[in-house]
Amino acid sequence: MTTPVLQVRDLKRDYVTGGGLFRPAKVLHAVKGVSFTLEKGKTLAVVGESGCGKSTLARMITLIDPATSGEILIDGIPANATHVTRELRQKVQIVFQNPYGSLNPRQKVGDVLAEPLLLNTNLSAAERRDKAMAMLIKVGLQPEHFNRYPHMFSGGQRQRIAIARALMLNPSFLVLDEPVSALDLSVQAQILNLLKDLQDEFGLTYVFISHDLSVVRYIADEVMVMYFGDVVEHGTRDQVFSDPRHEYTKTLFAATPRADVEHIRARIARKKAMA
Amino acid sequence: MSLLEIKNLTVAFDTSAGLFKAVDGIDISVERREVLAIVGESGSGKSVAMLACMGLLPKTATVTADVMRFDGRDLLTMSDAERRKIIGKDIAMIFQEPIASLNPCFTVGFQIAEVLEKHLGLSGRAAHARSVELLNQVGIRDAEDKLKAFPHQMSGGQCQRVMIAMAIACNPTLLIADEPTTALDVTIQKQILDLLVTLQEKTGMGLIMITHDMGVVAETADRVVVQYKGHKMEEADVLSLFENPQSNYTRALLSALPENAVGDRLPTVSDMLFEAAPGVR
Repeated sequence: MTTPVLQVRDLKRDYVTGGGLFRPAKVLHAVKGVSFTLEKGKTLAVVGESGCGKSTLARMITLIDPATSGEILIDGIPANATHVTRELRQKVQIVFQNPYGSLNPRQKVGDVLAEPLLLNTNLSAAERRDKAMAMLIKVGLQPEHFNRYPHMFSGGQRQRIAIARALMLNPSFLVLDEPVSALDLSVQAQILNLLKDLQDEFGLTYVFISHDLSVVRYIADEVMVMYFGDVVEHGTRDQVFSDPRHEYTKTLFAATPRADVEHIRARIARKKAMA
Repeated sequence: MSLLEIKNLTVAFDTSAGLFKAVDGIDISVERREVLAIVGESGSGKSVAMLACMGLLPKTATVTADVMRFDGRDLLTMSDAERRKIIGKDIAMIFQEPIASLNPCFTVGFQIAEVLEKHLGLSGRAAHARSVELLNQVGIRDAEDKLKAFPHQMSGGQCQRVMIAMAIACNPTLLIADEPTTALDVTIQKQILDLLVTLQEKTGMGLIMITHDMGVVAETADRVVVQYKGHKMEEADVLSLFENPQSNYTRALLSALPENAVGDRLPTVSDMLFEAAPGVR
């Protein structure tokens, strides 16, 4: 059997807040024991509302924040955020929600893309540049964009740059923290297509964090629903969407706006009956 | 007579690269008891059009229109002082970022009372009583306590409820909601949309929903205006828009919804738009 790309066992994260000379500190359990396994080439969607711990989980498996307890195995190698080796850093990368905040405004796009190589590999400057250029074209940008600054790009283009940067090191898996929530509908479609194309080409594994169920339904293979730090539901996409078990998942489905004609007709009929 | 009537509205911004037309010849009208949705992507001029009729644009903007009338009163020739009497009272607006649009330095109660004092001349006990009533109306429990809270002590959904409370404080006849739920979770979004629609039905005010989310349109609107790059692409009642969209742009927008995905890839707006869309730059 092949080793799963990512194994997470009983991962927990507590935040200690408040407290002072006379007040006891409060402990917030942001993630309360999450376990899952992710196979190569699959997309796991993590769904939940703000404050449910999905971003905390993302930061832990990307090895940005240390876990309070629990185990993370990346390609079978135990990982610890307090000491990340070059080898591990190459295996996991992240794309953040806000493409306006995640790019350094004073760094040219070419340098943005070459930076992960500079930090984690021993490639020469020329090799780094060639790789960055190739990646730029791969994500649908033009060679002339290489020497431009982030402010010269639209939101969708910036998100492409952020994705390109994350892919520079050929990671085993990519964590996407709400990658399309800040984008317009048409741009969102382009980025989702790009992600699917890249997944087919490189056999990438995604952990896709989102609160938008229609996006999740489109992109995910597996769905994990989180609620107040707990995983309340985990299954294949079809299982979760056709037969939600947990109360919270049902609430989530009921709250998602629906844009089909039948639904609109029902709403208008209801309104007429009220008047 | 329409509640709000705008004909041939053009808003141009003076930029270093020359005049930029953010809104180009748009007609909008809203009736009483009607929910109008204005849909478009960022840069389509949907917010600018509404800000223009409230007179909230910066000096670099040039606003021209053939007709801009609210409830029979001409907004174009009106003095600023007159306009201020209407805005916030008869026309109220809710913005996208609830946490950013409340003043962080004052309590929620103070900010609601300020509206009541400015427009209705209420003060002291009367203002307090009305504030409690308003918070109850928008579904905030323990209103007495929440009046003493600062915006940072409340969640995004609660802040948006406070914004709505301030907006409906003077029983406006027109409420403009500019992306009221974009920053919120789906479960909270549902609550806020339900609240807005219930209030609209109860008070009979006109409601303009500015949004880029087709789902929000489907859940709330009676009539829809679709905008793209400052032009109106289509206007229709909500059912015919979804059932039988007339313009290519609307069709493209609807097919880009992930839930409408057929096959493996989503069609994007640019794929479809370049084929045939005269009149779009």
